[in-house]
Amino acid sequence: MSWWTQPATQTQITHGDRFWLYVTAAIIMLLLVIPTFIVVPMSFSDSQYLAFPPETWSVRWYEEYFGSRKWMRATVTSVKIGTLTTLVATPLGTMAAYALFVSGHRAARAIFMLLITPMIVPVILIAIGAFYAFGRMGLNNSITGLVLAHTAMATPLVMILITAALRSYDLNQERVARSLGASRVKAFFMVTLPQIKFSVVTAALLSFLTSFDEVIISIFISGGSNATLTKHMFAALRDFIDPTIAAISTIMVAVSTVLLLTTQFIGSKKS
Amino acid sequence: MDNTTALPISIRSLTKKYGDLFALKAVDLEIRSGEFLTLLGPSGSGKTTLLMAIAGFNHPDSGSIRFGDAEMVLTPPHKRDVGMVFQSYALFPHMSVAENVGFPLKLRGMAVTERKARVEEALDTVQLSGLGKRGIDQLSGGQRQRVALARAFVFRPRILLMDEPLSALDKKLREQMQIELKHIHRQLGVTTVYVTHDQREALTMSDRIAVINHGELAQVDTPEAIYNKPANEFVADFIGESTMLQLTQDSAGRLTFGDSVVASEAPDPSHKDWSLVIRPERLRVLAKDASAGDRHVIFSGTVTDAVFQGETAFALVKLTGGSTLVVRFGTGAVSEGSRLEAGQSVSVGLIRDDLILIPSDSAQ
Repeated sequence: MSWWTQPATQTQITHGDRFWLYVTAAIIMLLLVIPTFIVVPMSFSDSQYLAFPPETWSVRWYEEYFGSRKWMRATVTSVKIGTLTTLVATPLGTMAAYALFVSGHRAARAIFMLLITPMIVPVILIAIGAFYAFGRMGLNNSITGLVLAHTAMATPLVMILITAALRSYDLNQERVARSLGASRVKAFFMVTLPQIKFSVVTAALLSFLTSFDEVIISIFISGGSNATLTKHMFAALRDFIDPTIAAISTIMVAVSTVLLLTTQFIGSKKS
Repeated sequence: MDNTTALPISIRSLTKKYGDLFALKAVDLEIRSGEFLTLLGPSGSGKTTLLMAIAGFNHPDSGSIRFGDAEMVLTPPHKRDVGMVFQSYALFPHMSVAENVGFPLKLRGMAVTERKARVEEALDTVQLSGLGKRGIDQLSGGQRQRVALARAFVFRPRILLMDEPLSALDKKLREQMQIELKHIHRQLGVTTVYVTHDQREALTMSDRIAVINHGELAQVDTPEAIYNKPANEFVADFIGESTMLQLTQDSAGRLTFGDSVVASEAPDPSHKDWSLVIRPERLRVLAKDASAGDRHVIFSGTVTDAVFQGETAFALVKLTGGSTLVVRFGTGAVSEGSRLEAGQSVSVGLIRDDLILIPSDSAQ
């Protein structure tokens, strides 16, 4: 019996019957990764312009990136904002998710929906809103402003992840801990947190990525010495088509991939 | 172990409402120092609400809970010094068996060496010596139950609370654990409040049973008294098997059922309507020619079903009036008991001294 006529599952459907599904899935996956596959070779081009496929190869655009004070400063800014966003959004989102999950209050669902609106509302609206609000408060072009806006974007993600983790957790454990002599705070840190820690770490990594990859809000409210890497990239694309962008993109793809693989690895280790 | 740390629990007019619904309705309950008291009731009766109020996990709307002389209503759970076993065990999966049991000791700042000794002693009590290093996922259901128990008493709490701790175990293990829990209770001497909906479990384990229904205590008494002298129809119906016959009072004041005179007078003149509670095992199948002697109240009828169930058998007897009695008898003497057959007419008797009469109206 050839692979083609073998059953694909425990039903009668064979791999042959399923073939159209495999092809469709392959095409979709290809479309998802093609942009990345184009950017990576372009970044190793020797050409002055973005060209695909490159005619000659070099790492000069990586040298350009690492040698440029402007790019380095923007990178440091992005990492700083990403880190601060992670440090604010992770505890904040965890606390909100925990409180809403435990309270069982009638309004808990409504509050949850309200807090995750930044994920639903078009980012451009948040960017415009933040721009005007921060303008009045003098927060535009500041690290504080960017961290606040990015925290609003990252917190819903943290909340969704932590709520999912709490759903598969027996809250009676916390009650037991309390009856055995632990205060609420101690019960959380000694019993609950150790069991949802993988989700917390995943949430932290995704918070960092949310901030690090964010373009639209950064374009509106970051500038000067506090302009993010993504804002500089966008400006560079507009002003002159420079293969440095491709080099930076490749590095960002690498960073994101490593972080996502880390969360996947943590997730699989957990189960 | 010394039992000087055991404390009585005094509950006074404890009330808890959920919306318009009374979960607890002015409950008064005195739990004696060192006793094993079971809260028994159907689901939704308020038994778990009462237990959680004792543990401190819900706040009553009014009333008082005292441990000894100390008022506890406003004390948070972690300051009540109460050991608790949950139905789901709620063991901490990220800790080993020894770490689970040692958890309350660690919280109390006990030194490592002393902690180790106490944990080992507790594991010994629940017959899990040497399993301290195991992970929770390496334990069977029965072993988990024991770990949860050890963790609840290792810090020598003054009060031990258990919320249906055996309901997840299979029947055989459950019956074995009931006896074992009784032993452990005797050994520790700690005041224990146990919640169950299983009446057999309550009868097996308790010093006293508090039967609870609709947020009110229906009766608080020893297992024998609860079974033999139920205070009302609910208790009679909920504990054990029973058939209830509505009696009528004739002009001479006698309580009768059909042609049978059940009692020459009502036990309490303030009630007019009485029910006779008949336990199936109290009925005797009488010889055909039995006369209406003084010793028995006699009912006559026809056997509609005869069912053999192993150690016992039962027959359904339809009385002339239309009611059906359940007659249960042992099958120890095989030749005798299993002779009843459907269609046969029989007389069954109830010993007069053992009658259970309960008022079925409110006092006048």
